[in-house]
Amino acid sequence: MRRVLLWLPLVLFAGLFGLVALGLFKPADRTVRSAMVDKPLPDFVLPAMLPTKPGVARTSFGGGKPRLINVFASWCVPCIAEAPELMKLKAAGVPIDGVAINDTPEAVQKFLDRNGDPYQRIGNDKTSQVQIALGSSGVPETFLIDGRGRIVRQYVSNLQSDQVDDILKAWRGMR
Amino acid sequence: MIAEGGLAALWLAAVMAVLQLIVASSAVIGGREDMARAVRPVAIAQGLLTGLAMLCLILVFVRSDMSVLLVAENSHSLKPMIYKIAGAWGNHEGSMLLWVTILGLAGGAVAIFERRLDQRTLNATIGAQALISMGFYAFLLFASNPFARLFPSPPDGNGLNPLLQDPGLAFHPPTLYVGYVGISVAFSFAVGALVTRDVGPAFARAMRPWVLGAWIFLTIGITAGSYWAYYELGWGGWWFWDPVENASLMPWLAATALLHSVSVLATRDGLRAWTIMLAVVAFSMSMIGTFLVRSGILTSVHAFAVDPKRGAFLLALLAIYIGGALALFAARIGTVRQGNTFALISREGALVVNNLLLSVILGIVLIGTLYPLAAAGWGVQLSVGKPFFDKTAGPVALALVVFIAIGPLLRWRRDEPQALLKRVTWPVAASCAALIVLVPFAWGVGLLPLAALVLAAGLAVASVAPLWGRNLRRTPLFIWGMVVAHLGVAVSLAGMASDSAFTKETLAVLRQGETRAVGPYLVTMTGIRPVVGPNWSAIAADLSIRRGEGGTPFMLSPQSRFFASPPTTTSESAIATRLDGQLYTVLGQPDGKGGWQVRLWWKPFVTLIWLGGALIGLGGALSFFGRIRRRKRAVYEEYEELAA
Repeated sequence: MRRVLLWLPLVLFAGLFGLVALGLFKPADRTVRSAMVDKPLPDFVLPAMLPTKPGVARTSFGGGKPRLINVFASWCVPCIAEAPELMKLKAAGVPIDGVAINDTPEAVQKFLDRNGDPYQRIGNDKTSQVQIALGSSGVPETFLIDGRGRIVRQYVSNLQSDQVDDILKAWRGMR
Repeated sequence: MIAEGGLAALWLAAVMAVLQLIVASSAVIGGREDMARAVRPVAIAQGLLTGLAMLCLILVFVRSDMSVLLVAENSHSLKPMIYKIAGAWGNHEGSMLLWVTILGLAGGAVAIFERRLDQRTLNATIGAQALISMGFYAFLLFASNPFARLFPSPPDGNGLNPLLQDPGLAFHPPTLYVGYVGISVAFSFAVGALVTRDVGPAFARAMRPWVLGAWIFLTIGITAGSYWAYYELGWGGWWFWDPVENASLMPWLAATALLHSVSVLATRDGLRAWTIMLAVVAFSMSMIGTFLVRSGILTSVHAFAVDPKRGAFLLALLAIYIGGALALFAARIGTVRQGNTFALISREGALVVNNLLLSVILGIVLIGTLYPLAAAGWGVQLSVGKPFFDKTAGPVALALVVFIAIGPLLRWRRDEPQALLKRVTWPVAASCAALIVLVPFAWGVGLLPLAALVLAAGLAVASVAPLWGRNLRRTPLFIWGMVVAHLGVAVSLAGMASDSAFTKETLAVLRQGETRAVGPYLVTMTGIRPVVGPNWSAIAADLSIRRGEGGTPFMLSPQSRFFASPPTTTSESAIATRLDGQLYTVLGQPDGKGGWQVRLWWKPFVTLIWLGGALIGLGGALSFFGRIRRRKRAVYEEYEELAA
């Protein structure tokens, strides 16, 4: 018995080693999930960012039509990487509204001229009020809102092409 | 050229380490006398060569040689000289070089000074030391070369993180490293003793100064680090249970347990297996600490560079050393002769309980630190913070305090319960008195701080009790050391409890001329002005402060500092220290309408925390010199006997 017990520290250490190795080689998922997923959109009204497009408000959602909200900024590099994916969604007919964080009309216009404009509306969220209300912790993030005005899915960071397929499937299913 | 010289010295030192292992193992296993004679010189040569490599690195930092990648990334020609020097170890590569340098110098010191340990055990120890060094040389040379060149070289460097530009912090990492490395020497002694099965008092006496020395440095390092976090971060707290803080606390807890069990082994020849186990655990904790800090797998305010390759390398070293040592332990310890036994009520008994409680706290801190990692494995994100540690480690720590008080009042081997009861009369009376005094105005502060204050009073009296009835001038220095260190625990505990029980905090927006009260103080904002320093500029608030309406006013000027390279803002708290506590002020953001956010704390007796820490370290130092003197005398007496 005593002989077996003497090996116990080594066994405990092996467990510790396994845990630490796991942590090292499978880094923890540090994305912040929104607590608002599966909840109705909060009430908000954002003024228009550009003179050519309307702003975004809670009342723009629901009514049986699923839409996307894309939280972005002209100063955000991953947003440039994501632009082609959003354009694909637009081409497939998905309506997208933008929420621009801490930005200016001139900068946003320049960003859209350079990277394409997937948005039907763009709201000016100067102080990140709406971003926080959505439960988004950074840019870019994309939220899928169903026809009843509920947040169905959250995509953190720039959209990947497989996520685009995922969104398209879900969006078509909801229509 | 200096950089190439340093790299060459590092390679040579690595070769010496390999040679040291070969020579030592053929001496121990093969019994080769000629090889045994070479062990010491090789170990000394290794120490000198690593010292040379470190010196070269410091030199390229002093000369701001921007063609060296590490200098360009971490230094700046405008930086004050002391931070240029500190910059040499204020980064990953440099700190690892510092680690092997201290390791090499320690190995050399063992070779030079250790004369009383059995020759075979000593050679095995130096061999184990070489094995540890080799791993770190490989790590440095293959995964983090500090002397890599940068071409073309930039006109100037990136600068050192401004938070680290603080005289206290320039010496914080080396202090902790000396502690870690001292523990590694203790570990090598334990491995050496396991190899030769020679686990006895002689081995314990050889190991004790290293454990004690390491423990002193860890104590100072942790105390200083805590004070640094307190005044530099501007959060008003002194311990945040941050993974990196825990990484330094865990080896300290293990070293504290080891320190006490090695004393039992040295004086009473008891606790043989347990002492070896603790030496392995203490070293594991310092390795795990280094690994957690250096691999970046835990998120922390100390966010160092995250590099999975380096993490994997350190993890492999961890597996080889700790796994190997534990396997050796399991295979060998059964064949080590049982040491002396003792009754439950005896000083050994109290020390065993103290050891167990320290181990429980260590376990709690380890679980709390690694739990987020385990939870992440199940896909759950969480962080473990102060509430968990306070609730779990707090009560165990208080139980430990009871045994710190009782332990020194017990006799070795066996004691009578009645005699003990008589000896604890005064400490218990002190605790009762403290309870009666505190209850009226500390009732609402919570059970834990109140219990801590009451126990601190009892411990303070109990800790000086071993001096009663002694001739103070003839009391050995190590008894003084124990008394001072245990008193330090009482003092520090009182500070912690007082801080958590009685602190007053005010967050205010002040315009010029406005006044706000915090604790007994009235704080008036008299102005806001710009200040310029050597490599920073700042906004400073002038606060005129009075104690009560009629007090003499004095000024405090907390600053919000802006450093240009790298661009960072830090808040410099301004602290007024009084006999009964500290007034802590921090300047925040402007509100845009002429007001400034100001954060004020009145922290009664908070300074006792670090005063206690300093006393604990001082106690260790007294004990260290007492033991060294005693050993010198013993060696001298041996010579006398031989001569006669």
